[in-house]
Amino acid sequence: MKIHEYQAKELLKKFGAAIQDGIAIKDISQFDSAIAELQSRGINQFVIKSQIHAGGRGKGKIYNPNSRQELILEGGVKFVTSVEKAKEYAVKMLGNLLVTHQTGPEGKIVKTVFVTEGLDYKKELYLGILLDRNVSQNVIMASTEGGVEIEKVAAETPEKIIKEWIDSAVGLQNYQARKLAFGLGLSGSAFKNFIVFIQKLYKTYEDTDASLLEINPLVITNDDRIVALDAKMNFDDNALFRHPDIAAFRDLDEEDPLEVEASKYNLNYIKLDGNVGCMVNGAGLAMATMDIIKLAGGEPANFLDVGGGANKETVANGFKIILGDPNVKAILINIFGGIVRCDRVAQGVIDAANEMHVNVPIVIRLEGTNAKEAAKLLNNSGLNFEVASDFKEAAEKVTSVLRN
Amino acid sequence: MSILVDKKTKLVVQGITGGEGSFHTQQMIEYGTKVVAGVTPGKGGTEFLSVPVFNTVDEAVKQTKADTSAIFVPPAFAADAILEAVDAGIKVIVCITEGIPAADMVKVYNVIKNKGVVLVGPNCPGVISPGKAKVGIMPGFIHKRGTIGVVSRSGTLTYEAVKQLTDVDLGQSTCVGIGGDPVIGSRFIDVIKLFNEDENTKGIVMIGEIGGTAEEEAAAYVKKYVKKPVVGFIAGRTAPPGRRMGHAGAIISGGKGTAAEKMDAMKKAGIKVIESPAEIGTTMLKALDRFKKRTAKKRKVKASLEVKKSLKKKAAAASKAKSKAAVKSKSKQKKSKR
Repeated sequence: MKIHEYQAKELLKKFGAAIQDGIAIKDISQFDSAIAELQSRGINQFVIKSQIHAGGRGKGKIYNPNSRQELILEGGVKFVTSVEKAKEYAVKMLGNLLVTHQTGPEGKIVKTVFVTEGLDYKKELYLGILLDRNVSQNVIMASTEGGVEIEKVAAETPEKIIKEWIDSAVGLQNYQARKLAFGLGLSGSAFKNFIVFIQKLYKTYEDTDASLLEINPLVITNDDRIVALDAKMNFDDNALFRHPDIAAFRDLDEEDPLEVEASKYNLNYIKLDGNVGCMVNGAGLAMATMDIIKLAGGEPANFLDVGGGANKETVANGFKIILGDPNVKAILINIFGGIVRCDRVAQGVIDAANEMHVNVPIVIRLEGTNAKEAAKLLNNSGLNFEVASDFKEAAEKVTSVLRN
Repeated sequence: MSILVDKKTKLVVQGITGGEGSFHTQQMIEYGTKVVAGVTPGKGGTEFLSVPVFNTVDEAVKQTKADTSAIFVPPAFAADAILEAVDAGIKVIVCITEGIPAADMVKVYNVIKNKGVVLVGPNCPGVISPGKAKVGIMPGFIHKRGTIGVVSRSGTLTYEAVKQLTDVDLGQSTCVGIGGDPVIGSRFIDVIKLFNEDENTKGIVMIGEIGGTAEEEAAAYVKKYVKKPVVGFIAGRTAPPGRRMGHAGAIISGGKGTAAEKMDAMKKAGIKVIESPAEIGTTMLKALDRFKKRTAKKRKVKASLEVKKSLKKKAAAASKAKSKAAVKSKSKQKKSKR
């Protein structure tokens, strides 16, 4: 699960890590009190930051969602020294469309603006914590090349990334924190502040079951404080059950509405750009089905794993979700019955198709337990199903159906 | 032969009385697996499906000599269950549970990594040696006893692969589902090592998917050590980056873990990488055939070379013996003694 910058900073603050502080507003009516609050803390320069889950906000562009040609503002993050200018930017951001290299051309509506303190700093650094799957240990990555895309640094100048792997039994040790600080070329009070910061950052990562905690940039202020200017956090979905406070940070506006709907039915659905809807049991087989559709000349419209207990309800809900995507021109159902009985799935498909008046062609391939009985049911249903006997035929039938 | 589980396997099922646990225990018993014990804390002393139930794995091992465990407990308690099995001296642990927090598995992995324990999973279909033992949730009837080792990160896609093999009359020595999580006990490389050492395994099918670099790591091993034919497939070529494709581990992040990279590494290692998931069985059949012909040819060439060599040697020795018979006779005797 992803969260917004302002939410990540709220967590970091709770764990005592130094952050560029601010107040999140969802409506311009909250602006004045937010500014007044920051001013009362002695802050008189500000950064106005659009809050969307995608990165690249600073270099993004803000458009009018009702007339996409109308460019409202260059940059989704703005530094200002006057309250008037701050308000002007907040107005331009709220409710409008932010397009960055990560959002794709469709962009994201800015529903929250983070009004923050403007800091004077002399250096930008990078810090990231994530799971290194190669060694099944968490790794802290640090670099003097802050403020740019770390993937680029990793590809072009990998020697500029320092790594420390953490032993899960004892956690981050002080010598490791020192190694990172020396590696970043820190000294004096910046060095000391970094040691404190990284310990708190790692604790936040560990205690919240994060899967990624990225501070880019981490800045050294003119007075040698170490402060998180930005913060990106992702969480392990499997661990959310023990963090109801973090689960509450979920922002459904940032997710695809069909995906949100699917998750209500415990269906694992991801929307794609193609025209062949697919319904499969098992994630690996679902991916393989998408692949074979493409090989046969089609384009998958989605990933949909109906899970181990495919029955009439899951099939009906699956249809609902798939047909919610207007691009879908045909549906391929690929179920490998192991514990699941194919004849039951077939009956589910027949019932759902009858009740829902599905108006696109359906190709079905059922294999495994009671596959023969299932084929009989489908053939005798009087409905217009294309029944495929194997994987390859299924994909080919779908694409030939599309051509006609 | 087979790997990890066979007719001698004595299985303890952790979470035997739960919904999943009880259903699959029944299925495993029907398949012929020796289920000697179950564990459900608080239900010790009872019997379930005619299997004695214990409060702890330790008791179960002491009373029944169980050596293998299948874990069906809910995700929040699964890490604890794995550690309990290790502590009780279980040597092969198959964890079926889906949805265990990654942080829990990081701890478990690092605690058990040097203890001589094999953990398969979590979030996997388990291990089956057809006709011998099934420790997991796969449908037994699609399998067939034979000589192909199957290792895969997925569940139903493995069944698909197995069925294709069975359809072309290629049975399986053992099929191992290693699971779709980012942190798993056994990786491709671990299982491929076992298959490589298993005399009865004549060919290996590996089915990977996007995310991580375990396939690349395995490819490097195959290139160096494996002489048996290997057929590979990577699921998720059409998957968009940054999205978790069902499995927690199936995600392309930071531009890493793409299907293209994996397929490339596997091809370079001499693995027969297939584009279509419908061609797993037929490709293995061809690969085996080619391999047999090649080894037969090699053997022939080798044999003829050896014949030539020995003829040459003999001829040389004969001529030497002729010319320097008297002088060299002593040293020759020495050689023949050695």
